[in-house]
This record gives sequence, C-alpha cells and structure tokens, in this order.
Amino acid sequence: MLKTFSIGGIHPAENKLSAGTAIQRLPIPSEVMIPLSQHIGAPAQPIVAVGDTVLTGQLIAQANGFVSANVHSSVSGKVTKIEEYTDGNGYKKTAIVIAVDGDEWDPSVDRSPGIKRDISLTPEEIVNKIGEMGIVGMGGATFPAKVKLSVKPGQCQVLIINGVECEPYLTADHQLMVEKGDEILIGIKVLMKALQVDKAIIGIENNKRDAIDHLSKLAASYPGISVQALKLKYPQGGEKQLIDACTGRQVASGALPISVGAVVQNIGTAYAIYEAVQKNKPLIERVVCVTGKPLQRPSNFIVRIGTPIRTVIEATGGIPADYGKVIGGGPMMGRALTNLEVPVIKGTSGILLMSKAESKRGEVSNCIRCAKCVSACPMGLEPYLISRLSEKLMWDECEVNKIADCIECGSCNYTCPSNRPLLDYIRMGKAKVMGIMRARAAAAKAAAESAQKQ
Amino acid sequence: MSNLTISPSPHVHSADSVKRNMYGVIIALLPALAASVWFFGTGALCVLLTSIVSCIVIEFLIQKFILKVPTTISDGSAAVTGLILAFNLPSNLPIWIIIIGAVVAIGIGKMTFGGLGQNIANPAILGRVFLLVSFPVQMTSWPVPGAIDGSTGPTPLGLMKEGLRSGKSVSEIIDKLPSNVDMLMGQMGGSLGEVAAICLLIGFAFLLIRRIITWHIPVTILATMAIFSGILNLYDPEAYATPLFHILTGGALLGAIFMATDYATSPMTPKGMIVYGIGIGLITILIRTFGAYPEGMSFAILIMNVATPLINKYCKPKRFGEVAK
Repeated sequence: MLKTFSIGGIHPAENKLSAGTAIQRLPIPSEVMIPLSQHIGAPAQPIVAVGDTVLTGQLIAQANGFVSANVHSSVSGKVTKIEEYTDGNGYKKTAIVIAVDGDEWDPSVDRSPGIKRDISLTPEEIVNKIGEMGIVGMGGATFPAKVKLSVKPGQCQVLIINGVECEPYLTADHQLMVEKGDEILIGIKVLMKALQVDKAIIGIENNKRDAIDHLSKLAASYPGISVQALKLKYPQGGEKQLIDACTGRQVASGALPISVGAVVQNIGTAYAIYEAVQKNKPLIERVVCVTGKPLQRPSNFIVRIGTPIRTVIEATGGIPADYGKVIGGGPMMGRALTNLEVPVIKGTSGILLMSKAESKRGEVSNCIRCAKCVSACPMGLEPYLISRLSEKLMWDECEVNKIADCIECGSCNYTCPSNRPLLDYIRMGKAKVMGIMRARAAAAKAAAESAQKQ
Repeated sequence: MSNLTISPSPHVHSADSVKRNMYGVIIALLPALAASVWFFGTGALCVLLTSIVSCIVIEFLIQKFILKVPTTISDGSAAVTGLILAFNLPSNLPIWIIIIGAVVAIGIGKMTFGGLGQNIANPAILGRVFLLVSFPVQMTSWPVPGAIDGSTGPTPLGLMKEGLRSGKSVSEIIDKLPSNVDMLMGQMGGSLGEVAAICLLIGFAFLLIRRIITWHIPVTILATMAIFSGILNLYDPEAYATPLFHILTGGALLGAIFMATDYATSPMTPKGMIVYGIGIGLITILIRTFGAYPEGMSFAILIMNVATPLINKYCKPKRFGEVAK
C-alpha cells in the first residue's frame, strides 16, 4: 500500500526531463576549485600550501570541530592558490585551487571494480571512517553524516533512507538507485551496523517504479531492509515528513528525528558511505543532475567536486541562448546562483536552468484569504498569518504561531493565487525568532549556572 | 559577467491565480444564471446586467478617482459580487434600487476596507441586507416563475411563516406550496438565484472539482440546518417545517455554497470552517423559525462573517508533531 505524510503537501509538475538518462562520467577539468566549507558547520582547516603536489583522494583540509567535515582533493596536480572567492549565494568563501595534472590516485583508495560485500569494521570504526572520508548529507543539506550517526546504542530503532527525490526536475538519486542498487544496499548495511539497528526502510515515491522494483528485488537478499513505495506528494523528502510517511511517527516541534527513534540518510549518502567504508574512497565526486527546459540534453553526470558549473552545463550540449536563472538544487528549495564560475560541491544534487520567462515571479496582489496556503503547509502552520506577522515585525506573535517549525519547503508560495512572497517574509521572521530563542536559552543557562555557583 | 536572476526559492509556481478562482466562481454560477433567465425572462437579465455592470463600474470609479490606485476590475471579483447580489434580488426590482445595492456592496462593503480580501463582511450580502431593510416592499414582492401576467407572490418560506403565524398547521400550509420536486427544479417564487436548487448543486460540484472551495462550509451549514430543523420537526411536525423544506428554500443552497464560502470573510482552517458552518446553520433556522423575518441565511452569514477573525484566532490547524490533547 502506498503511504504518505499526513498534513498538507502539494503536487508540482514533475518535469523529470533527465529521467532514465544513464549516469555519464564527466571529463576531469583542467582546474578545480575546492571550497573549505561545503557543509553545515565550521569550515575545514587547509593542510596543504600553495605549490604542494596532491593526489586524487588526498586529504587537503581537516575538519575543524565536531560539526565540520574533511575535504579531499578530487584531482591530482599542483595547488596553485588558496584564496577567497564569491560562492553561488554571493558569500565570500575560501577555496583551494588545484591545476590538474593527470589523474594519479592516493594509493590507499581501493579502485578495484568488484563490489565488496563483507563489512569488516566495527560500528565505532565505521563512524570514524565516515568522518575521515568527509561524508556529508548528499541531499543538499550537507550536514556532516558522522554527527547524525553518533547516537547511543539502542537509541535508534529504524534507519530511514531517503530515496524520495520529491523536488521536481531532479533525477540524480533516481538514476543512482537504478544503476548502483547493490552498492546502496551495502551502504545501508554499513549504516545499520554503525547505528546497531536491525531495520531499515527505503522510502521511494511512486513515480520511480523502476527504482522501487529494482531495489525491492535486491533487498530480498539483505535481511532487515525493506522498500516502502510512497504516494507522490511534495515535500515528502523533508526529514520529518519522510519519517511520518514511513513510520507514522511525528517528530515534535524543535525535536530531532532520534526522539522518535529514527535516523534519516539520503540515497546518495548511502552510496558515498559504501565507497568510503568499503572502498576507502573519500567524497571527491558525486552525481549531479543537470536539467531544465532550455537545455539540449538534460543529463545525469558523475562530476569531480570543484568542477566549474559552467563546464558541467556545457557538457549538456552547450550553454543555451535563453536562460535567466541557474539554480543549485531543485526548483522548490534550490538556490539561485550568482554566477557560473562557482564549483560543484558536495551538496550539489542538481543544476537547473530556467528560461528568462520562467525566471520571473508573477505580479503580487492582495491576499484573498483563500486558505490554500494553510491546506498546503506540511507543518500545519498558517503561512498567510506568520508571513504577515513577520512583515509587521511582530516577533512574539510569530513565535507563538510556530514560525520556527517552518521547513522552508515553499509549498505556500507555490500555491498562493495572489503570488504573495509568503516564504520570503517567513524566512526572515524564522531567522529572527530563532535568534531570539537561542539568546533566551543562553541567558537562561547562564542564569542557572550563576545560581548554582552561589 | 552574466545577468542572472536571483530570487529566493521556490522558483516555480502553481499558476493558480485570483482570476482563475474568481472566474471559476462565475462559471459555477452559470447554470443557475441560465435557470434564472429561463424562469424570469428579461427581468432577470436586466437585474443581472445592472448589478454586474454597476459593481464593476463603481469599483473602477472608486479606485481611479478616490483611491487613485491601479484598478483591479479585471480580477473578476467585482463581477462575482455583482452576480451574487443579483441572485439575491427579485427580478422586478427597479434599476435604481439595484444601483444603490451595488454602491453599498462595493463602495461600503469592499473598498472602504481596502478592497479585495480585506473586507470584513461579504459585500453582496451587505448590499442585499441594506436593500432589504431600506426597501422592504420592493424586496419581498417575488415574481412567480413563468407567470405571464407578471403576478407576484410570496416565497415558500414567506407562505410558511405567514401561515404558521395565522395559526395554521404545517400540513395545511404544505398543500398551498410547490412540491419538493418543483422546488428542486425551481418552480417557486423567489429571488433570481435561489430558485433552481439543482443548478446550484451542479455549481457546487464544479467548485469542488476545481478545488476553488472545500466541502467544509457548505456541508456543515446544510447538515446543521437539517439536524436542527429535523429535531424541531420531530418535536412537533405541525408547528415546524421539514429539513428538506428548509434546505430547498430561502436561498439556503445559494448561501451555503456561494455566499458563506467567500474567501475573505470565512475562516482559514477546516476546524474554523466547521465552527462557522454550524453557526450559520443554527442562526438561519433560529431566525426562520423564531424570528420576524421568514428568511435568515443572509443575516446568519453576516453574523458569522464578523465572528470570523475570532474563529481564526482560536481554531488553529493541527500542527505537525503536536500531541493530541
């Protein structure tokens, strides 16, 4: 039976233009730019200097704290620059630039073609290996994978693997499931061992029948792993929505998935973990879906981290004449990029081009109070209300009305007949309210500590 | 340097629009519109045209010359107000009264509050109620459908009220009324839009299919009316009319489907919509049964319209992850 999450949701046009396109390996570019911050948390600390020669898969920057991630060289060559650049969101970030010279791999990486099934490492070793190899959440959030796996034994009752790919257009996970089924399932086994849990559910939306059938067939020989087909509905790939859909449990406001005994990892992450733990291969390349109506050949590529986005787009048959917006990620939650010279990073699940006409937002008119945003909101919020409260800077009211629960999925904006920028205001209010909440918690903690001293 | 458009997500839109919803309501009202012209002839056409044109023109004039803002008449909402106002009027109403109704509906009911979506009460109902209290004679002489001589008569609800007041029993009065089937098909005295129940139900189905409204408000209103009047009818069948009679008469369907569901003046959550619907159903039957007016739908909707902000404040949606209390 098809399951889905219980509150709200929308049905945007799928537009999976690149579905069924086999993953092609993109040639290594002549130069890569590898940012030190490709994850949520502190930027990594560089351990190479300009002029150093590096190998493919060699560690070039070290995680700086618990919530941070190692960064490895995706090519072999010479470090030419360690400098600031403007990233796709317009922020100044530091990156290591490497001039490519051949493709000589670090000898520790197992490059043999066979699939390695036996999991020899202990749970603790697995978690450390995942950290060492710089694995982050591949769905786009780029949260260091190690952090989510650092749970007490018995705390996790079910591992949920996100194969939903509910964003319109994107097909990277879909194609990976079709082509790398065994590797993904072994990766899930590795995760299960690390978490010491005997049950894993792969949630896949029903528009990917081939992936569901393929993985279901393979999963028969992997005890504990099952595939759950899900009814098509956005944002099913949201962590809380997916847990609800697969297990019927709802994570409370402000709580983490582990509070209901669940850990969620993405399909792409499971694959990267297979490569890291079984093949000792760091996260230096990923599947990127390059798509959009202006492109000649929307494709799925496997791309070395640090490859300029322009190069990746060119590989689909050239940069199109008419494009107004380039989005890193999908059309619902992806970010519009400021320029095409930025590199592919660990979280680049897709590159989506939109024509100039598609790039324009519609004209905004009065809220007609149709309540369609309320029915669409998957968190059970009132977008019309909290966006208005945020617009009026009424932070207390925003907090009471649960603005901090917003997952920024964009369903309200998508639905609004008046084209109101609901999420723009909600995002602003959410950031503000969360800041206030953090400050209050810190003040309360400080007060409690000083009371204890006396 | 490339010229790229930068904007926050989401980057796609459903293509739903105010126009799509407003014109959807107009399409849903077309069967009833056709029926009203069929039953009442050129009189109906005249009322419809006057009401729609004056609502649009008044909105245009106010925006152009008083507020000096871009006009929004093309969004279709003024036309919807005009259409629904016309549906609440008798087909022989003088043109100048209709225009006064349109001025009150659009000018006072809508534009004073800031236009589309900002109004507190349903503009068409406000216009209608204003006319009802200002011109009671003209507003309650209902032409009988198909009568060539232009004779007028009371509505079934009016007959019922009059009869009960003069001491007759329901079964005595029922003989003088059109049959239920006739009422379903529109063979009774009444305003333009209240006469053809079947056409209104077709419109309801259209609105549901196009997801312009949800079932909550109309179904709750009609169910509440049926249950409340059913209890009264069971208690004393000779003093209180049947549920079916209440639902088929007095614009109950027009009100429940097209007027109570007005976006701006109805609650935002399913829970709120149900509270609102129950309120309208109860007040309607209370006014019809115990009040001075034979018809209570308009007043009930107006009362619940002003209660809507309060309902919105207390009826919150079910939050994700909230433990049921």
